[in-house]
Amino acid sequence: MIVLEGVSHDFDDRPVLVEIDLALRERRIGIVGANGSGKSTFARLLNGLVLPRTGRVLVDGVDTRKDVKAIRRKVGFVFQNPDHQIVMPIVGEDLAFGLKARKVPKAEIAGRIDAALACYNLGHLRERPVHLLSGGEKQLVALSAVLVTDPEIVVFDEPTTLLDLRNRNRVAAAIDALPHPALVVSHDLDLIAGFERVLMIEDGRVAADGLPSEVLPFYRERMR
Amino acid sequence: MTIGLYHPGHSPLHRLSAGTKVTGLLVASLALFLTPSVWFAFWSVPVAFAVYLSTGAPFRRLMAQLRGPAILLGLVLAFHLLFGSVADGLLAVTRFATLILLASAVTLSTRISEMAELVEWGLQPLRPVGVNPEKVGLAIALAIRFVPLIAEEFRHIREAQAARGLAANPLALIVPLVIRTLKSADELADAIEARGYER
Repeated sequence: MIVLEGVSHDFDDRPVLVEIDLALRERRIGIVGANGSGKSTFARLLNGLVLPRTGRVLVDGVDTRKDVKAIRRKVGFVFQNPDHQIVMPIVGEDLAFGLKARKVPKAEIAGRIDAALACYNLGHLRERPVHLLSGGEKQLVALSAVLVTDPEIVVFDEPTTLLDLRNRNRVAAAIDALPHPALVVSHDLDLIAGFERVLMIEDGRVAADGLPSEVLPFYRERMR
Repeated sequence: MTIGLYHPGHSPLHRLSAGTKVTGLLVASLALFLTPSVWFAFWSVPVAFAVYLSTGAPFRRLMAQLRGPAILLGLVLAFHLLFGSVADGLLAVTRFATLILLASAVTLSTRISEMAELVEWGLQPLRPVGVNPEKVGLAIALAIRFVPLIAEEFRHIREAQAARGLAANPLALIVPLVIRTLKSADELADAIEARGYER
């Protein structure tokens, strides 16, 4: 469970998030909001990429400010643009990167990479240079690179924004099938329509919080 | 876009360790430059070419990769013909051609991660003087990872400018390219942290 207690944050004295109190325990949570509303900052708070100016974020009781290493083990993060997430030039090497960072024994790495790629039928891409993959393949590789490290929760920051419909559907199916709890920041309302809970962020505050059937019509109305 | 780096495969060269290949390259370089024989250098070219072909990369890609070095070697030969002797020119060109072919064979058959690990291993003795071998290894991998990203950014900027009627202007290209590259580097740094890499 993730708990935010009185969380505020600002960039250059411009408030981005204001006094947020939340307990996030559902398996699928969507986060919507206009551009610049603070939702990406909100997502980054959850794995310690951004530390709150005031208040605290607790992941299973661990404060992101106190033990960011433990937080990053627990919370995997999938970025909007896989080109900015994939570090190594070859697919297999990129999956190995996160494992090596966690000091996973060498003998274990190859098997875990194979298993992670097999989840999305990407085994044939293992030796492929990343820059030759399609957008959907890159996003699935980015997701595999997070899942191979076995996080407890996965946060997605607009995972389908840069994708065409076919690739969007592949990534949506992958998120749907994910056994992990997931928080998904998205403008793709169909993606989160079946979730258990949706938060709408507006001007750094949680303007709506509830079932998708309640929040999404309200959000659509606000975006007119 | 293809870049002249690793090509997956199962050739004998692929099976050798990065350390063996780099040592072999070093020994070949020393042998070439310490043997003052044009014939030795001349016959080393077809041998190096055979090693280059043995990587199993597509023939067209292999040939395309040699275009740039061929021009450079042509210039070296021309320089020697103008200011030196034919024998010196042939010696220099055949030595460099051999080294370029062998070095390309090594990069085509060696993963970046293996090369980075080798560099990390080689730099271990410098750790007491403040060198972090893991960071150097990561920097090498990132530099290579960024080549296609920067090429892609370059293409986007050029297309956006062309669409607005701007002629190709190096300054107008470089400034946005640097800004975008720095922004990408910033995001990649976030991703590296998010993925558990410790500074």
